[in-house]
Amino acid sequence: MSAWHEIVLAALKANDVKLVVYVPDRVFTPLIKAIHADSYFMAFPATREEEALGIISGAWMGGLRGAVLMQTSGFATIPNALASLVVPSQIPALIFVSERGTLGEFNLGQALVCKTMRPVLDSLAVENITITRQDELAFIIDRSIKQAVATQAPVTFILSPLLTGGKVFEA
Amino acid sequence: MIVTAHNAKVMNRFELTKRLVGQLTREEAVIGGIGNANFDLWASGQRAQNFYMLGSMGLAIPIALGVAIAQPHRHVVALEGDGSLLMQLGCLATVAERAPRNLTIVVWDNGIYQITGSQPTPGAATADIVAIARGAGIASSAWAHDESDFDRLVASALKDGGPTIIAVRIDNKPAVATTDRDPVQIRERFMRGLGVRNAAS
Repeated sequence: MSAWHEIVLAALKANDVKLVVYVPDRVFTPLIKAIHADSYFMAFPATREEEALGIISGAWMGGLRGAVLMQTSGFATIPNALASLVVPSQIPALIFVSERGTLGEFNLGQALVCKTMRPVLDSLAVENITITRQDELAFIIDRSIKQAVATQAPVTFILSPLLTGGKVFEA
Repeated sequence: MIVTAHNAKVMNRFELTKRLVGQLTREEAVIGGIGNANFDLWASGQRAQNFYMLGSMGLAIPIALGVAIAQPHRHVVALEGDGSLLMQLGCLATVAERAPRNLTIVVWDNGIYQITGSQPTPGAATADIVAIARGAGIASSAWAHDESDFDRLVASALKDGGPTIIAVRIDNKPAVATTDRDPVQIRERFMRGLGVRNAAS
């Protein structure tokens, strides 16, 4: 079976998602490297997660599909952009979050901010799916991108350490 | 000569917005930042290629960058206030690094949050938007000295040699109108104006 990041990359390509804007995360490093190595994609970092959301929102309106990559603490900086741009404008933003702050995380700052993520998404009625199993990954991402585009609604994929391996605390 | 904020003429945002829109002949996209930048863009005439940002303060430039990336053959203009830009200064580094030739950024600088009660912005008397932009790596950044200089800078920027920043000292007059407040209709009309609605759906 392919590695998780290869499955994500393939699902993006299969759905014409060419633009990837990210704020880095250690766990997402193999995905970011693989996307940069593939000439299909235009990928670059933004200085802030809401900036990344603004860029892919503009790109969508210009006819180019985009995804953003971030980690949990970065997610905590985007509720205003979600609530005042992406959701009311009905923009199918594809948001990939590396779930930090759980399942063996060692940084309390990460752990607390992680607990804010799902309540924010639920309060905005933004579709959010926590992915833990590699055998479900391709199906979930492929179908959810199609649903996001068809329903003109954002979707958040929360990639659990159960899928990605997370960041290991070496005591 | 480098024109600094301190000797640039204080002009009027609505008057200059009209002058800018008057130079648009190729269905250029215009992204109006939240508040008065947006409102005066609306008042200047409701082109289908205008996007009016109703929230997400600070994101006019990132949105414009996204449009510029998606449509490299269309020129894109962002109209942003100084307070909004200060909220998202990092985007200048991103714009400089991506270096889209088809992007022009106009910064209306009145040194105040006019719409919330005219409180001064941090750095109103000390921060120089053009120096910040140049420092971020956007070499083509200048203060508009007066109205005719603004016209000249806009004409030059629209030739796709950007990215370009045009900073303008403006007075503290409020906008002359307000936009409709329906984000879905605004977004939908903009996408049709860009000719991509069918392709994107």
